[in-house]
Amino acid sequence: MNNADKNQLKDVVFKYLGVFASLIGIILLTIFIASIISDGLKRIDWQFLTSLPSRKADRAGILTAWTGSLWIFFLTALISIPLGIAAAIYLEEYSKKNRLSRILEINITNLAGVPSVIYGILGLEIFVRTWKLGGSLLAGAFTLSLLILPIIIVATREAIKAVPATIKEASFGMGATKWQTIWHQVLPSSAGGIATGVILALSRAVGEAAPVIVIGALAYVPFVAQSPMDEFTVLPIQIFNWVSRPDAGFITNAAAGIIILLAVTFLLNGIAVYLRYRWQRHLKW
Amino acid sequence: MEPSKEKSADNANLEKQKESSISFDFTDSKKEIKLESKNTNVFYGDNHVIKNVNLKIREKTVTAFIGPSGCGKSTFLRLFNRMNDYIESFHMKGEILIDKKDIYDGDIRVEDLRKNVGMVFQKPNPFPKSIYENVIYGLKIQGIKDKKILQAAVEESLISAALWDEVKDQLNKSALALSGGQQQRLCIARALAVKPTVLLMDEPASALDPIATSKIEELIHVLKNDYTIVIVTHNMQQAGRVSDKTAFFYIGELIEYENTKDVFINPKHELTERYITGRFG
Repeated sequence: MNNADKNQLKDVVFKYLGVFASLIGIILLTIFIASIISDGLKRIDWQFLTSLPSRKADRAGILTAWTGSLWIFFLTALISIPLGIAAAIYLEEYSKKNRLSRILEINITNLAGVPSVIYGILGLEIFVRTWKLGGSLLAGAFTLSLLILPIIIVATREAIKAVPATIKEASFGMGATKWQTIWHQVLPSSAGGIATGVILALSRAVGEAAPVIVIGALAYVPFVAQSPMDEFTVLPIQIFNWVSRPDAGFITNAAAGIIILLAVTFLLNGIAVYLRYRWQRHLKW
Repeated sequence: MEPSKEKSADNANLEKQKESSISFDFTDSKKEIKLESKNTNVFYGDNHVIKNVNLKIREKTVTAFIGPSGCGKSTFLRLFNRMNDYIESFHMKGEILIDKKDIYDGDIRVEDLRKNVGMVFQKPNPFPKSIYENVIYGLKIQGIKDKKILQAAVEESLISAALWDEVKDQLNKSALALSGGQQQRLCIARALAVKPTVLLMDEPASALDPIATSKIEELIHVLKNDYTIVIVTHNMQQAGRVSDKTAFFYIGELIEYENTKDVFINPKHELTERYITGRFG
């Protein structure tokens, strides 16, 4: 075997290694989803979706968990979207580039890497104890907002950065103020990117269990939350709780719960893709 | 040739510069002085990019700024609508007067200034919106919502920018679907819609083909009747064709400022002559 042959072989080997590497994630995910669906799909029916939790597996439902997740989704969105976008606009468009702003930037980026359970402890101290919100939806939403703010800020900044400087220049040149330029040019042009970042961040918030457990969200909530001050549970906690029961019926429930959670997450991601598409079409690039 | 040839370039530059503010043409004194720069110096940090420039521009004339890249002509142009304000290291000394009022005074609002001093940029930069939305942008941000006023402004501005006939049936089409030359005329229409009195053009045709370029030049000829136009250009023929007066800049200094035909036929300064004849490094 000469050198050229060897190089040829290396090429082929590397190609298949690459194929294997890209397929492994998809294969494992497919196996996982297939086994979950085969375990849990038969359990999903109207009764499962509309029943409160119960000690008997076949009577237990997921109503409090999915309504809790929905509450958390909207409350977290309400808190984190304005804060995150405002912070990103400030950092990108207003703040002077000096040492302070660089420290701020580095820290926000670092915050995105802090383990979620740490945010849970922070939330427990600030929102549950100091603000006396207890283990309420509001405390959970604030905690999860802290968790996803860095993600929203980073994504929004990237989207804003991608708006061509020539567009901003044109707007300023027409006598627009900074805010008018941001409102009429920068935000519409970056809305697609911002929406994508926001929804990915929110679907992470909906999937988190650790921080909400730390702030005291309960596994057993025998009622549907009526106000932001009510106690709550969310899908990941309910799933975790069911998985840890020895009864095989609850394992099936957990599988069904996972399907619901995955469906919610895929739905949110779908909305993100759709919004991105719509905004880009609305903008006449 | 000229005696300045023997002198060191720097000394000669300074001398010419003093001369240029004196040798301002007063024959056309029916027209008011619209723009004026008095002992203007610009710095980017420690970098001295505009060196003590004095110059007066009369209303309803076309003035071309020429000079090699990096000579400060664009920076100087952008002093007149304060577009340099966004550069953090920018600071200036001296005065820039429009209608005898210093536009760097504290009581001047840049937004008001820019409604009076429109700008057209090197690369056509329409907003990613419809043609209609582009033209009304300046009016919209002033809070004008009356459909009739907006519609009239769109038609008037597009006619002034010689674009109306080409786009009147497709005002809702994306501005980005237009050709480069049409986009640039749209940007001119957008600037005209707020009824400025001064138009600054920063190499408005450098990204366009010859046909689109000649349309812009024809337009400048017409617009001169109503607006004071200052144009930065790298194209000598263009400066010769469109402008009444030409200012030649070299490394931040105003070397020569004369009637255009004098600058091109009988340049006083050796640097100018070398530049316009293309004998420059």
